[in-house]
Amino acid sequence: MLKAENALKKHSFNFELVPIPRNLSSDCGSCIKLKDHIEDVNPYIEDIELDRCFVFDGKEYKEVNRMGMW
Amino acid sequence: MIYLDNAATSFPKPKETVEYANNFILNIGGNPGRSGHALSTEAARIIFETRERLTTFINGKDSKRLLFTQNGTESLNLAILGLFKEKDHVITTSMEHNSVMRPLTFLEKEKGVEVSIARCSKQGRLDIKEIKRLIKKNTKAVIINHGSNVIGNVQPVEEIKYTVRDIILILDACQTIGAYPIDIERDNIDILCFSCHKSLYSIQGLGAIYVRDGIKLKPLKFGGTGSKSEFTEQPDFLPDKYESGTPNTPGIASLLGGLTFIEKTGLENIIKKKMALREMIIKGLSAINGIVIYGNPDKKENVPVISFNIKGNLPSEVGYELNKKGIYVRVGLHCSPLTHKTIGTFPEGTVRVAPGHFTGEEEVVKFLEVLREIARK
Repeated sequence: MLKAENALKKHSFNFELVPIPRNLSSDCGSCIKLKDHIEDVNPYIEDIELDRCFVFDGKEYKEVNRMGMW
Repeated sequence: MIYLDNAATSFPKPKETVEYANNFILNIGGNPGRSGHALSTEAARIIFETRERLTTFINGKDSKRLLFTQNGTESLNLAILGLFKEKDHVITTSMEHNSVMRPLTFLEKEKGVEVSIARCSKQGRLDIKEIKRLIKKNTKAVIINHGSNVIGNVQPVEEIKYTVRDIILILDACQTIGAYPIDIERDNIDILCFSCHKSLYSIQGLGAIYVRDGIKLKPLKFGGTGSKSEFTEQPDFLPDKYESGTPNTPGIASLLGGLTFIEKTGLENIIKKKMALREMIIKGLSAINGIVIYGNPDKKENVPVISFNIKGNLPSEVGYELNKKGIYVRVGLHCSPLTHKTIGTFPEGTVRVAPGHFTGEEEVVKFLEVLREIARK
């Protein structure tokens, strides 16, 4: 995650590190909340393994792949 | 006070070590990767950056394969207990520390792992032909003490790996990391084990292991990692698979300080300075009647660790006299009974002197002066 953070900072993406929402996982770690679209970000973090990606539409989370497709 | 026991742990530490540890303790203090708040994330960032910098330092390819441990001993235990199964064969040398010999002896007794010991010369030199002779069909790994913690001689890693080819090479680099150039790629090292509180200048309680891609080890510890917390199984990804429980984050922060110091000063300059002190000590010792220096002190392939005895004096007596004068060395067997059997100093051992980057030439002069007095008695 911190490798991704460095890459996102380097390319000035809009993001925040936040605790993982409990309705997605009971993991006690953090995740990256992107304000940009994952498909735009993906080329800059291609070499980084992502656990899971979700899109939030204001009501619910939908799991997508790193290209933003579900 | 003259500290000449840097082979046990470096002292004093660079100011960067203290500053980085201090900053963590005073201003950060969170449990890394656990809680999702800013302090926890900042602690995780320190570990991440240290892992990356240390991986670059050894020329490793993937920082996830660099795992933090409590010390060099834990790194070696993870490599040894995590790798071998029943009936595997392992070759090691007669220059090993007990952090290798004890887990191997345990496996030999408990799991029937077959252990062969390649005899080294009185100067500590490993004969490559001896390794070749010992290789069997079931030889899984060769474990080598890169730099002796007793006499400081460095083994020819590249040549050893060329000889053993596909057999896993485990290198105990506790004395060489930061004191001798190490390059995982160039030297074809499969598993590198080391402590961080010697020539990497962290505080005590920190070690690391780098495991080449394709080698699987059983973890030594299981528990909380702050990841995949919904499952009771240990996560299968790195580094979490091997790093359960709250890590030594102040120690890791201090290591970041140590690495910063090494980068600022230049590894080559540090090595040059310590080797010059080593030469000065050897020259001084050689000029004192009745002193026997062990190993092959004239060789270039050495780290600044010197062992000697004064004829007619037990090493413990010499250590006692030096201690009375405020000079701190290490005497005895240095947790390496096999080494002392190899160099002919078992069971009394030797007096070991290890200068560090912060040792002054005037301190060496004083040490030699006191030693001359002891030898005259």
